[in-house]
Amino acid sequence: MGSLDMQPGEAPAARDELARMFHSMQLIRRIEEEAARAYVQGKIGGFLHLYIGQEAIAVGVEAAIRKTDWIITTYRDHGFALTRGTSARGVMAELFGKDAGCARGLGGSMHMFDGPNRFLGGHGIVGGHCSLAAGVGFRCKYLKNDEVVLCFFGEGATNIGGFHEGLSLAGLWKLPVVFVCENNMYSMGTPLERTLPAKDITDKAPGYGMARDRFEGQDVIEVRDRIAKAVARARDGEGPTLIEILTYRFRGHSMSDPGKYRTSEEVEERKRKGDPVRIARQRLLEAGASEDDVARIEAQVEEEVADAVKFADESEPAKESSMLDYVLARTTSGDGPREGGGA
Amino acid sequence: MREITYRDALKEAMAEEMERDPRVFVMGEEVGHYQGAYKVTRGLLDQFGAERVIDTPIAEAGFAGVGVGAAMTGLRPIIEFMTWNFSFVAFDQIVNNAAKMYQMSAGQYPVPIVFRGPNASARQVGAQHSHAVEPFYCNVPGLAVVYPSTPRDAKGLLKTSIRDDNPVVFLEGETLYNVKGDVPDAGEDETIPLGQARVVREGRHVTVVTWGRPFYTVLEVANRLSGEGIEIEVIDPRSLRPLDTDTIVQSVKKTNRCVVVHEHWPYGGPGAEIVDRVTRDAFDYLDAPILRATNLDVPMPYALHLENKVIVGPDRIEKTIRDVLYKS
Ligand SMILES: Cc1ncc(C[n+]2csc(CCOP(=O)(O)OP(=O)(O)O)c2C)c(N)n1
Repeated sequence: MGSLDMQPGEAPAARDELARMFHSMQLIRRIEEEAARAYVQGKIGGFLHLYIGQEAIAVGVEAAIRKTDWIITTYRDHGFALTRGTSARGVMAELFGKDAGCARGLGGSMHMFDGPNRFLGGHGIVGGHCSLAAGVGFRCKYLKNDEVVLCFFGEGATNIGGFHEGLSLAGLWKLPVVFVCENNMYSMGTPLERTLPAKDITDKAPGYGMARDRFEGQDVIEVRDRIAKAVARARDGEGPTLIEILTYRFRGHSMSDPGKYRTSEEVEERKRKGDPVRIARQRLLEAGASEDDVARIEAQVEEEVADAVKFADESEPAKESSMLDYVLARTTSGDGPREGGGA
Repeated sequence: MREITYRDALKEAMAEEMERDPRVFVMGEEVGHYQGAYKVTRGLLDQFGAERVIDTPIAEAGFAGVGVGAAMTGLRPIIEFMTWNFSFVAFDQIVNNAAKMYQMSAGQYPVPIVFRGPNASARQVGAQHSHAVEPFYCNVPGLAVVYPSTPRDAKGLLKTSIRDDNPVVFLEGETLYNVKGDVPDAGEDETIPLGQARVVREGRHVTVVTWGRPFYTVLEVANRLSGEGIEIEVIDPRSLRPLDTDTIVQSVKKTNRCVVVHEHWPYGGPGAEIVDRVTRDAFDYLDAPILRATNLDVPMPYALHLENKVIVGPDRIEKTIRDVLYKS
């Protein structure tokens, strides 16, 4: 873990790494813009919660952990599926309700899963998954390996029982979990001041016997380095951390939310000051990449996205047999954690 | 009478009851400033102020419990769940506290509270947002479970539920909010008693009992089959607990056949309860086994074509009706 001894923000970001990060962020951004379009065309249904504005978090986090670590998150999950390694095709096909989707078209936007990539899913009931994260942490401790679980949720989730009880147990048993609140300032239509008795969410950490950290999350490198510290603590058996990352969502809560509770000035101001994709692009240029290099990445992403949409359009619809076959698992072997599933 | 939506009918019921009784208040996520996730509470904040139309954080167990505490001590809360799917987070408060308190305290603490919100599946929202919750709550003594299918019933039943001194689980069809229908003029104060079913359509060949979204599908099928000379009697129980067995049994004694159509899973629940009661009270009148047309017994899939297979639709309903008529 090279980044361990570095101070936040100090880590030298190699140009390659920045290029990969920019690619990843641009991919999330563009996949979601296309998803929004497909939604309007009726190819995607139900709720579609976009991650646009928060991309630096998923990408920074992935750079700070290992493939063998675990991630679990909420319904705002496309970004994490992609950073974990689900293909753009797998994500888009899922959104289109196709068999080739990462949950075979059964989960949709809110419930992406990727077993082989240790992505434990997007979850629809606010806060419920915080307890699951503690359970996965329990498993890692039980097996005495050095794997770490990262659990993501919005600031709105920090009032609910699932959050409280999940963190209580994780703190009590010093489980290797990093709880990350992506504070995008709004819980659906309600600004922070009207949902939270505390201003600083990490004030809750001491009550759970946890370490804490709090920072702005629009710069992917900052995210990588700060997350790395908490991950190292968890890996070393020092227990969980509660992190609050301050961010902003540029779109409504979901596609059905016109977002009238925010002024367009506020949103524009945020986009101007803290668009994470633009910041990453800037960083990449500063690290010595040329405009051409950047344009090449952007072109690659365009190809990947176009391919994903085409693939999703053309692939087979979700199968009736899937929805019936996956009601109950057929194994009775008790062989321990299963990792399969998905396509 | 005028035509208004199911949504506005509910809103009017709340507004009129709040007007009438200062102890009534509304509480839930996004009910105030946002005007309701499904806009059922639109306008209430302006009319009654933030002291009586109260936005809460995402804390279902917390605000359901706050409601029960307030109700035990004399207020009359209306607790909105953004959808009934999220009520499971508050299940303990509804089942262990609201429902049991009156009996447990030997009548010292009645709990006059209404829990309300959209029920059953919308479209393509996946497994965690698609529960029809009536079986869970119908199982609990101490709770009334009300499920209006039309705007008029929505208004009249909600007014009654708010005035009821017991906890009421008030289920609204998530896909019914835009349905329009005749409702008495504002202020006319029509209340509809709980536990009184309505014969929606008369017929002589088979009794179909249904509620919620399938109510409309059944009416469609009934109209179609009428063209073939099959006359279906349609009964909407309106409240699933208390359940008006008499109206259903009377009808079955006339038609000699019965089908129950509902959007909850097939195992147990009010659908099975109706089958049990009709079998008990009208066994000698039955010319065929009572059948049910229900959602499939699986968590709701996301993909639209699969969802359409899971949700009980016109084909399954028609086939079931033909089956009890031995006319497949
Ligand atoms: C238990 C529960 N209650 C309510 C909801 C409805 N709901 C979904 S997202 C949301 C707002 C969540 O806001 P926040 O936690 O800040 O996350 P964000 O969407 O901003 O990422 C609400 C109220 C839900 N899904 N689950």
